[in-house]
Amino acid sequence: MNLPDYSVVFDNWAFLMLGMQETLRISAFAVVIGFMIGSAVGLLRLSRVRVLRMAAGAYVEFIRGTPLLVQLYILYFGLPSIGIDLTARAAAIIGLSINSGAYVAEIVRAGIQSIDKGQTEAARSLGMSGHLAMIFVILPQAFRRIIPPLVNEFIILIKDSSLLSLIAITELMRAGQHIRSRTYQDFEIFTAIAILYFIVTFTLSNILGVLERRLQVSD
Amino acid sequence: MIEVRDLHKSFGDLEVLKGITTSIARGEVVVLIGASGSGKSTFLRCLNLLEIPQRGEITIDGQVVTSRRVDINRIRQEVGMVFQQFNLFPHKKALDNITLALLKVKKIKAKEARETGLELLAKVGLSDKANAYPRHLSGGQQQRVAIARALAMRPKVMLFDEPTSALDPEMIKEVLNVMKQLAADGMTMVVVSHEMGFAREAADRVIFLDEGIIVEEGSPEEIYTNAKVQRTKDFLSQIL
Repeated sequence: MNLPDYSVVFDNWAFLMLGMQETLRISAFAVVIGFMIGSAVGLLRLSRVRVLRMAAGAYVEFIRGTPLLVQLYILYFGLPSIGIDLTARAAAIIGLSINSGAYVAEIVRAGIQSIDKGQTEAARSLGMSGHLAMIFVILPQAFRRIIPPLVNEFIILIKDSSLLSLIAITELMRAGQHIRSRTYQDFEIFTAIAILYFIVTFTLSNILGVLERRLQVSD
Repeated sequence: MIEVRDLHKSFGDLEVLKGITTSIARGEVVVLIGASGSGKSTFLRCLNLLEIPQRGEITIDGQVVTSRRVDINRIRQEVGMVFQQFNLFPHKKALDNITLALLKVKKIKAKEARETGLELLAKVGLSDKANAYPRHLSGGQQQRVAIARALAMRPKVMLFDEPTSALDPEMIKEVLNVMKQLAADGMTMVVVSHEMGFAREAADRVIFLDEGIIVEEGSPEEIYTNAKVQRTKDFLSQIL
């Protein structure tokens, strides 16, 4: 066994940080867009209109039931073959957002359904419409409950973004692969990358943990 | 004030209300009693359309509320409801629980809503709890806030669905006192409750429901002491 020599990591630090920036940039877009898609679809899954409910359900089932890598390949390699060109970044952001949206939709739906039926009845019995009750009574309560599973989903999204290395995005993982193909120091490079991912996800889970406690204090 | 004619309600194959006909006068206080599953809560919930009856007609203050053309949200503003489990909004302070519907439904100005809210809190004896969240209030206090919340809409009728059943014994009185005060003020009230003390003191009429029909009705005295129907007597012997 050879002793690991981490100088390779520091020698290529700037390049790794470029990859990290790309990971964070794309993940940030995908988290926000995925959350918007997921909120909308989660509400549609509870819609009174059957067609909307079914369409939302089909989206969730299909996305959850197929691998993210296949979805990314369809966007990046599949679409151009029928004449729709997406840049790698566009394919990456769209793919991750659509994928994350399906999981967020389930989180939002479960959060809303977890609120006691008595809350809706109390709001409705005061003359509030279904929409008013949803906006002012149900959603504020549901939002507090969905923060922990949402954080979990965001962390999964950031880790999943490593798959973007396979569609020509030079994010953290692919940056590592570049360095490794020059230096052959696989152990040092990939352990360093693992630590870098962990720093991001651990920081995120701590920040949102604070937010969660704040919200709980005020309810 | 309230006319109910031949009201039927089923849940799936289970027929819970099998033709209820009664009328309740303005200012009258009616107490509904009956075993669990007798249909008393379902009947009450039909009165503000939390349950939609399949057959029959309900008229409140001259308006046929079971008609398909009515604005259900408008009717509910005129019929206040108090629940067994209080159902306060846990993310809102006591005062904000009361003012929420004033602001969002009646679109009253914030200052005015606040005044109304404080007035009602005073009325239920909780002036000092305006800024408390529900989880910091006892069950009895929560139920009194819930009553104030319902009163904020200035309803013509107040419905109470077992308002003291979820309360510890020492808190029942404070809630019943608020209800008695309300009755004395002339509010039309329909109350599902087995609190005989309240019924004797405040009710004009007691209705005994069993298996979805009105078995017997009369003054508290007539029902509690001189029930004529055997089923009523059997039921009362079980709860007294």
